Amino acid sequence: MTVAAFSFYLFALCVLAGGLFTVISRNPVHSVLWLILSFLSAAGLFVLLGAEFVAMLLVIVYVGAVAVLFLFVVMMLDVDFAELKAEMAKYMPLALLIGVILLMQFGLAFGSWTEAETAKAARLAVAPTDVQNTAALGLLIYEQYFLVFQLAGMVLLVAMIGAIVLTLRHRPNVKRQNVLHQMWRDPAKAMELKDVKPGQGL
Amino acid sequence: MAEFFTSNPLGILLTIVGQVLLIVVPLLVCLAFLLYADRKVWAAVQLRRGPNVVGVFGLLQSFADFGKYILKEVVVPAGADKFVFFLAPLMSFVLAMVAWAVIPFNDGWVLSDINVAILYVFAVSSLEVYGVIMGGWASNSKYPFLGSLRSAAQMISYEVSLGLIIIGIVISTGSMNFGDIVAAQDTGYGIFSWYWLPHFPMLFLFLISAHAETNRPPFDLPEAESELVAGYQVEYSSTPFLLFMIGEYVAIVLMCALTTTLFFGGWLSPIPGLPDGFLWFFGKCALVFFIFALTKSVVPRYRYDQLMRIGWKVFLPLSLGWVVLVAFLAKFELFGGAYARWMIGG
Repeated sequence: MTVAAFSFYLFALCVLAGGLFTVISRNPVHSVLWLILSFLSAAGLFVLLGAEFVAMLLVIVYVGAVAVLFLFVVMMLDVDFAELKAEMAKYMPLALLIGVILLMQFGLAFGSWTEAETAKAARLAVAPTDVQNTAALGLLIYEQYFLVFQLAGMVLLVAMIGAIVLTLRHRPNVKRQNVLHQMWRDPAKAMELKDVKPGQGL
Repeated sequence: MAEFFTSNPLGILLTIVGQVLLIVVPLLVCLAFLLYADRKVWAAVQLRRGPNVVGVFGLLQSFADFGKYILKEVVVPAGADKFVFFLAPLMSFVLAMVAWAVIPFNDGWVLSDINVAILYVFAVSSLEVYGVIMGGWASNSKYPFLGSLRSAAQMISYEVSLGLIIIGIVISTGSMNFGDIVAAQDTGYGIFSWYWLPHFPMLFLFLISAHAETNRPPFDLPEAESELVAGYQVEYSSTPFLLFMIGEYVAIVLMCALTTTLFFGGWLSPIPGLPDGFLWFFGKCALVFFIFALTKSVVPRYRYDQLMRIGWKVFLPLSLGWVVLVAFLAKFELFGGAYARWMIGG
């Protein structure tokens, strides 16, 4: 077994184990930690594929930011998970149904489905071969698929504005801090020095 | 014999382990003396003498501390999540070490010469927040938890501006490899050809963000001793605490090395004509660390809302604007191509 094959099986095993324990772990914080292991191993798989840029982005975006927020929320929320677990039996048939359908679809796709020989070539974008994959990705995104990329950015922007609009409330009775006002405050106007004689007071 | 180390899988593994040890052991030894230097600088600013008992001038103080940490009893709080409790310091230590794999100490002196080196360092340093969060949560105690929550918000906030500053450098170089970034700073004018000059304002933003990212004073809110006792480290004792502390300091030294590589030309000599080499890299790192030590002793701690305001409302717009500006300057090769060094770098 070569080093690459060994690493592949190691990472693949970690992804699967991480995913499994994310679901069955009793403690929600442990679940998130297993999920992080899963993300990291997936990044390892990307490196094995030679897509190091995507791998690093996966780590930075998902593990470094998204999963931290997950962890944040899960630690802060006080949810009674024993109760939730008890409700699990109720949804079991539905979950099983979805699982079975998914399995059948996979069976169809990999078992009997065949595609035309030219189909794969038609789907693939021709990647520039003489540069590193970061540069190749940049060339594809910013030259060939520029509009699609901008459109994706627009969708994200709209989603972000939507989230802000939904959660923003103007409360009239809240005292707000005016930082510039505080910084430009003149000590001479804010306080007064008095010379107090001993034994007399003010 | 030489063939065994280059072709046999076991031999390659042994070579890599050897290389790793060659980085980790000197790094840890250096760290012992940097800790000592940190305390000496701090003491000098406050007109104290600092550590001066163990060894000549107290030079062996860190080793004595090391022995003390190792020999003390490990206390685990009741109700702590034991597995996560011990995983947290390990994670903090390992992640801080792992980032050194891509740092070039000299021309070609790098353990792993990968294309996306700078992204790798950024990814690993974004993971370092987990050690803190997990430690704070697993301790099952109020102060550590508050400390870890602060830390999570703080480290995420400052990563954003750190990343944008790095993007400016990457645009100028046209490569994410540290070797290329250093090579791009070699235009023949010595100290004036390094990136600190064209990317001048970002040097300060980078240094300040690095302080915040590594929870270093004046941004050490996660462990603010006057309000949170010691933040996420409250419940830790003995070796786990030592791991946390080493992890923290290695991350700081890593930031020094990053500043050196990105802004001060890595191993390049500041005067044209003098030979380049490892000693320059080492000296520059030590100088940046001195700045870190001095900042710790002279700047008072920030308030938490001030910290957040600087991160999001000052640093983020500034660094974002700088990326756009650098992109223009590089595209049209203004200022004699100072911002577009693709020919000599990548």
